[in-house]
Amino acid sequence: MNFKLKDIVPQLITVTAVVLVFGFFTYNAQINMENRGIDFGYGFLSQESSFDVQFSLIEYDGSHSYFRAYLVGLLNTILVSVIGIIIATILGVIVGVARLSPNYLINKFAAFYVEFFRNIPLLLQIFFWYFAALRALPLPQDAEAIFGFFFLTIKGLYVPAFIWQNFSVFFYSIVAAIIAIIVIRIHAKRVQENQGKQIPVFLISIGLIFILPLLSFIIGGVGISFEVPVLKQLATTSFIYEGGVSLPPELIALTLSLSLYTATFIAECVRAGIQGVGKGQKEAAASIGLTPNQVLKLVIMPQALRIIIPPTTNQYLNLTKNSSLAAAIAYPDLVLVFAGTALMQTGKAIEIVSITMFTYLTLSISISLLMNWYNKKIAIQEK
Amino acid sequence: MFKYLKQLTSLVAMVAVLFTFTTESMAAKKSKTLKNTQKKGFVRCGVSQGLPGFSNADAAGNWTGIDVDVCRAVAAAVLGDANKVKFTPLSAKERFTALTSGEIDILSRNTTWTLSRDADIGLTFVGVNFYDGQGFMVRKSSGITSTSQFKDGISACTNIGTTTELNMRDFFNSKGIKYEPVAFEKADEVVAAYDAGRCDTYTTDKSGLAAQRTKMSNPDEHIVLPETVSKEPLGPVVRQGDSVWEDIVRWSLNTMIEAEEYGITSANADMMKTSDNPAIKRLVGAEGELGAAFGLDNDWSLRIIKQVGNYGESYKRNIADTGILPDRGPNELWTKGGILYVPPAR
Repeated sequence: MNFKLKDIVPQLITVTAVVLVFGFFTYNAQINMENRGIDFGYGFLSQESSFDVQFSLIEYDGSHSYFRAYLVGLLNTILVSVIGIIIATILGVIVGVARLSPNYLINKFAAFYVEFFRNIPLLLQIFFWYFAALRALPLPQDAEAIFGFFFLTIKGLYVPAFIWQNFSVFFYSIVAAIIAIIVIRIHAKRVQENQGKQIPVFLISIGLIFILPLLSFIIGGVGISFEVPVLKQLATTSFIYEGGVSLPPELIALTLSLSLYTATFIAECVRAGIQGVGKGQKEAAASIGLTPNQVLKLVIMPQALRIIIPPTTNQYLNLTKNSSLAAAIAYPDLVLVFAGTALMQTGKAIEIVSITMFTYLTLSISISLLMNWYNKKIAIQEK
Repeated sequence: MFKYLKQLTSLVAMVAVLFTFTTESMAAKKSKTLKNTQKKGFVRCGVSQGLPGFSNADAAGNWTGIDVDVCRAVAAAVLGDANKVKFTPLSAKERFTALTSGEIDILSRNTTWTLSRDADIGLTFVGVNFYDGQGFMVRKSSGITSTSQFKDGISACTNIGTTTELNMRDFFNSKGIKYEPVAFEKADEVVAAYDAGRCDTYTTDKSGLAAQRTKMSNPDEHIVLPETVSKEPLGPVVRQGDSVWEDIVRWSLNTMIEAEEYGITSANADMMKTSDNPAIKRLVGAEGELGAAFGLDNDWSLRIIKQVGNYGESYKRNIADTGILPDRGPNELWTKGGILYVPPAR
């Protein structure tokens, strides 16, 4: 009995203290808000927002609600995070492998990149890419076409828009290709387990993903044309491009700085992972006659991934959270649109900040769960 | 005998209750904010992060500007020294939270007085120290001389969390022009982006445009278009719920404006004590008991005029002489064709 009490009392005290502290702050906030005539409530979310946002993935203007503005910000945050994570991962893997290269130049260049970009504060890098690099870009009227269709200007990157005919046929052909690839993979695995024969799955997959959509053009009547951006004059020295798709420079600068910064950390995770696999593994694999490619794919990577994934998850979370620095360069993410403009226009500080915090929490936990699921999948399966 | 004793005690009790009631209401007159300010020995004032003419710090950290002068006037009135002010630079986004959470006691940061701000978020606007309106700045080389030349696709740089963002939408919508809003958190970033050529136009209050133009790499390359697209009465703000403090700030500002109306300046304020005009004598504390209403002494307004000067002096020193807006426009006294008109101090 005595033993149990000793266990429970400190925990009870901790819980009581936490509840009291939270209770005190809530009570205090309530009193203060009452004194100053501030109402608490989430009703404002359905009110008209009456401000516009520069860049949005869904249809939005000031006549929509604050909730719609919240969605605009959330989607922009997700967009920059997803693009950033993809680029950072690709770059990080390349640089991480390059750091282990026996080639002196490649090795040192990768090391220099990692040390340079991870040791400068991210906000400074964002400012550099936005303000310094932006100034170096030409005005729209002076921009040279890249490949004849792309225009990189101080007002953004203008790319041709695709105009599809029979897009659904093209879409189904891609779906069909993906299903075919999955079927072939399952079949190939079975063949290998039963007969020891190897089917060149990779080559077949590449072939399928190209040939099926190509067929849709020839047989399915799919057509594609480009809408090329055209220069338009607004005033004597003021021009923009019309038509096509425009990517704002804020998005480009933010994605670039986030991925260049995070890639350095991912590169270090990758290097640690590969170095963490015993040398004997590689030698043993080579001695049973596997090709260098097979050694990497079948022996090294599956073991290295187990070391790489958990710290890389942290980097993905960091990138997502760091995307909130967008507010500094006018990229309309969740913090700028919702915790910025909407907060100012409504004055609902507690409500908006709590929603924003909860949203980032949900985003981070989702990424975490997804990565943990993947980590479990590649972990050693004890049979 | 017992009966009388009972009555006597109840009488004593009643007197005691009445007495404590009156002393308490006297104490309540001295507002909580006023008491705290006098205890701390300085006025806590929220200002901008650097807007020449309104609130701007020099290299040595000395703040100047007409918004700064409002806080200095309050310090002169309640503490006797216009320099006893602690300035907190705030972004447009932070300003109201800083005030409602009690981090500052006066927000004097070129803030537009609107219904929703006044009624909704626990603030009280005490007056107007600058009548402004939103305008547009463009590059001279663009050849644009009027907002009627704006075309679809124009990009406009501005600040977030300001009425500017809302007015901009109203303006472009009413003209049926499609525009690209590029909104930054800090004014310096807006200027840098516009200066780099990111935007075709920069929009904010006209006074702000005039002030920020001085920060551009080449101010002569830019012009402010003549159109004014909104009403922006800018003024100091206090927290809701302390009406005495609210009155002190309101009448500190009013004193500066009325002093100009009666020709009282920092130089001649002492001599004005012997004036024949009772209105002037009240303002310099030679007649009446105006300060008592706030729990202040009678020289509070004299100190404002002597240490900070009247509104005209403040305007000349901060805005006209610095070349920001030499012409006072609507910010001239009502007696001289402007719209500055304050209730009488009596």
